[in-house]
Amino acid sequence: MTAGAQSLDGREISAGHGVTVAGITLLADLSGAFFWESERLLIVSDLHLEKGSSYATRGVLLPPYDTVATLARLTAVIARHDPQTVIALGDSFHDPKAHERLAPADREAVAALQARREWIWIAGNHDPALPRDIGGVVASEAAVGGIVFRHEPTGAAGEIAGHLHPKARVTTRGRTLERRCFASDGTRAVMPAFGAYTGGLNIRDPAFQKIFQTPGFMAHVLGDNRMHAIAAARCY
Amino acid sequence: MASTGRRGEHTSRIVLAPDPDSRSPLLPENFLRWFAARGWSPRAHQLALLAKAREDRSALLIAPTGAGKTLAGFLPSLVELSAPSSTDRAAARVIVSTGRGVARSRGLHTLYISPLKALAVDIARNLETPNAEMGLPIKVETRTGDTPVSRRQRQRRYPPDILLTTPEQLALLLSSDDAPFLFSSLKRIVLDELHALVTSKRGDLLSLGLARLWRLAPGLRSIGLSATVAEPESLARFLVPQRDRTSQAADIVTAGGAAAPIVEMLDTRERLPWAGHTARHALDEIYHLIKAHKTTLVFVNTRSQAEMLFQDLWRMNDDGLAIALHHGSLDVAQRRKVEDAMAAGRLRGVVCTSSLDLGVDWGDVDLVINIGAPKGASRLMQRIGRANHRIDEASRAVLVPANRFEVLECRVAIDAVAENAQDTPPLRTGALDVLAQHVLGCACGEPFLADDLYAEVLTSAPYSGLSRSDFDDVIDFVATGGYALKTYERFARIKQDKEGRWRVANPRVRQSYRLNVGTIVEDTMLKVRLLRSRGGGTGSTGALGRGGRMLGEIEEAFIEGLVVGDTFVFAGEVVRYESLVEDQVYVSRAYDEDAKVPSYMGGKFPLSTYLAERVRQLLADKRSWAGLPEQVRDWLSLQADVSSVPGVRELVVETFPRANKHYLVCYPFEGRLAHQTLGMLLTRRMERARARPLGFVANEYALAVWSLGDLSFMIRQGKLDLDALFDPDMLGDDLEAWLAESALMKRTFRTCAVISGLIPRRFTGEEKTKRQVLFSTDLIYDVLRRHQADHVLLRAARADAATGLLDIRRLGDMLGRIKGRIVHKELDHVSPLAVPVMLEIGRESVYGEASDELLAEAADELVKEAMG
Repeated sequence: MTAGAQSLDGREISAGHGVTVAGITLLADLSGAFFWESERLLIVSDLHLEKGSSYATRGVLLPPYDTVATLARLTAVIARHDPQTVIALGDSFHDPKAHERLAPADREAVAALQARREWIWIAGNHDPALPRDIGGVVASEAAVGGIVFRHEPTGAAGEIAGHLHPKARVTTRGRTLERRCFASDGTRAVMPAFGAYTGGLNIRDPAFQKIFQTPGFMAHVLGDNRMHAIAAARCY
Repeated sequence: MASTGRRGEHTSRIVLAPDPDSRSPLLPENFLRWFAARGWSPRAHQLALLAKAREDRSALLIAPTGAGKTLAGFLPSLVELSAPSSTDRAAARVIVSTGRGVARSRGLHTLYISPLKALAVDIARNLETPNAEMGLPIKVETRTGDTPVSRRQRQRRYPPDILLTTPEQLALLLSSDDAPFLFSSLKRIVLDELHALVTSKRGDLLSLGLARLWRLAPGLRSIGLSATVAEPESLARFLVPQRDRTSQAADIVTAGGAAAPIVEMLDTRERLPWAGHTARHALDEIYHLIKAHKTTLVFVNTRSQAEMLFQDLWRMNDDGLAIALHHGSLDVAQRRKVEDAMAAGRLRGVVCTSSLDLGVDWGDVDLVINIGAPKGASRLMQRIGRANHRIDEASRAVLVPANRFEVLECRVAIDAVAENAQDTPPLRTGALDVLAQHVLGCACGEPFLADDLYAEVLTSAPYSGLSRSDFDDVIDFVATGGYALKTYERFARIKQDKEGRWRVANPRVRQSYRLNVGTIVEDTMLKVRLLRSRGGGTGSTGALGRGGRMLGEIEEAFIEGLVVGDTFVFAGEVVRYESLVEDQVYVSRAYDEDAKVPSYMGGKFPLSTYLAERVRQLLADKRSWAGLPEQVRDWLSLQADVSSVPGVRELVVETFPRANKHYLVCYPFEGRLAHQTLGMLLTRRMERARARPLGFVANEYALAVWSLGDLSFMIRQGKLDLDALFDPDMLGDDLEAWLAESALMKRTFRTCAVISGLIPRRFTGEEKTKRQVLFSTDLIYDVLRRHQADHVLLRAARADAATGLLDIRRLGDMLGRIKGRIVHKELDHVSPLAVPVMLEIGRESVYGEASDELLAEAADELVKEAMG
């Protein structure tokens, strides 16, 4: 793999591992993206662009660097895999007016990413309607080779969704680590949030039980330098 | 009449009351009669404070517990408010309509600030006695977070003569439109337990409030009430405005006459443990001490120790002694019950933590037992002062060391108490996050000019050295976040008008300030509820029913370290962790004898620098070992034979192999926090030197690091240079690199973010019900650090890290002290002095940054399980 990729905290990385969903093996990238090699398809979920400024409108002046940080990581993972198609799996923008607040440089960065490739915005609950000038196509869901991509998970077989921002909490030798993760039972998967300011929902939350029905699903946890497959039952 | 202080080093500063016949007596006739009727005579320090009041001077009263400190603080106000001359003021009384009739208000005269709201309530009750018995026309009221809104509103309009409140409520009052009206008449402010207030950010907030009051009420005089402290002069500066960057101080009045406390170390017949903090070996002896006294306070250092000790005592309580438990996590109602029973003399013993360090007067405590390390000399003296709350009787205390190192600490602490040597920390430099909160509070009141506010803030002692650029950065932060990227101008929280005066941009900002005022940022607390019967133990959430008896609250961080089925002691019972649903922890009663209490939850207070120094002196001077128990003497002699006993300024470093690993143990005696930081930085450097370190543990006295590399061999070969390894330059790049990812640093940042108002504790009209947080301060820390490393909040967090959870300043002092004085001992096996810290391995969490290793371990477990 090419160098230059960054993990969540900015270190150089070169790892990912395979996760099988309904017979298709996708690369769970350490950045939190899925890459489907044979389709040259990259999927990222819950970018929540302009979340910082969204809070600022309500008087909470979070550092206005989240969009820059998120787009930089997105640029890196796209440079690494050079996908033909990118699916942003909903909640790409933190609120319906977020795209209006994009700084010109960030808008250009988005346009540069979209150049020479197909770009699909899946609508999410935070960004149900996106304007045309943001580029790409907007859809409520997308199907590729037997896999359905939608924002909110329904629990259907062959579904890859986002929305829940899964994270896993692992306690080993008295130390507790909490990291974003992919959650999958081999038939469906929920992707981690990609945005710089997006926290997470513990995979032991009842919301995940509704999707997976069985406690036997796996958390593919984003470590510092590599991915780790840990049984959800082992996490708290 | 004025007996001078005993051996105290500040004896020379005793201030005597002036010759009483020079003017009218300091204490009016009706007061003298009242004192006489109670069989009292005014104490010298009480008269001295009256004299200071007459001279129009601010004063700091240093007095031990039981000296009638609080009454002394109020006497000037009571005398002034009851004096005939105050009829002049009465003429100026305002007559106001109350709707049903007219009321007279002569404006607020005295403000009393206490660190505990319970104390304010208690004092109000105590003031009723002189008020009623002398028939004084003085109205006294309290104002705390519990005061009903209607009363608070009334207080702002028709203030009482004396208002008793807390630093947070003062901040709220100052941010209101009524502040100039309310405080213009203020004559006195009484600051109780000042020594406790000034060591924290609450002290910073209070100092800024004082600065504001000095401007609103130029005639205001302060009285500070404090236990004995190491540097009374710096505390005295807190009480008066600092001007033109010269140091101003209030007069110091020292009360003498306290009987010397009788402090002993428990001379146990049992074998002294090598490690641990429970003092289980001495249980029997502790129980018999309680039995032999009327009422005993048993102090321990942490909540989990309190829980364990209470359990153990209860189990052996064949005499059915009334023994209770008191600590900060227990349900408030439960705590009140214990306090009331205590005051009524119905209890024989209370096992407690620092929750009882301050404050409220307890009946007849005739013995204080301190379990474990005393940590600091002043701290120990304040605890001992809880026994016999009467100044002329000696307090009695027994120290129970829980392990061998603690014997050394107890020994030097007893010597320090005998010398009345103090080791309270120096006055703080005011924190920038607290200043940010204050600036927003100011903008909620009258609009201000930056120049004026800067001048005002400089009058507060902790902020007297504040630079203009730091101040301007804070203003910029409050207005638009202080970001290099100027995108938030239109969302500004405070704005300048045409005259350049700052004011809040909209009422929502004001409301948010009110909801988030204060500097106490608790860990997220979860409610602990007891299920009636044992749950299924599946660990699933949501399946269990709601309800269950509320036992108290517990830190989220503690629960995060547990897995379902773990047992721990809480509220005096062994309970089993069943599930976590939103902010509720469900537990069931476990019938186990022993709980798997998994965490010591580190004491909040590290060993004081002063006691550490004395422990090193004790070790270095073999003749002084005579005062130690025989077991400890033998232990140290053996250490001298097989390795080396650390000298006063040197650092002994031992390396030895054990069970396929190689160990490095050193003895800095600088407290757990500094040792943890040292451990983090050392392992980084050892990693670079290819020593392949695996982990480390720290206790108050020592640090042990283990590795795969043969450390002794590497040192012999010159591949590992101890002088370079311990060089103070580790506080440069290595520290910066580590801070970037340190969980402790993130916690420090979170506190600053909340106090400064960046992150609201609560949103207006929005109660957080789900545990899914809106945003994580860890993520914000990461992004901010990478995009604007010099942001004012990161600077505030770094300043905190120097003295707080990472204790970097102390580590720096230590590295400077031992430079060029490292004594290396290459050993075949573990030395006697190393045993205690080695025993912590496995008991304590293992620190290290290798998150991937830990995650991989969790993943491997699964593999093993799967492969049988």
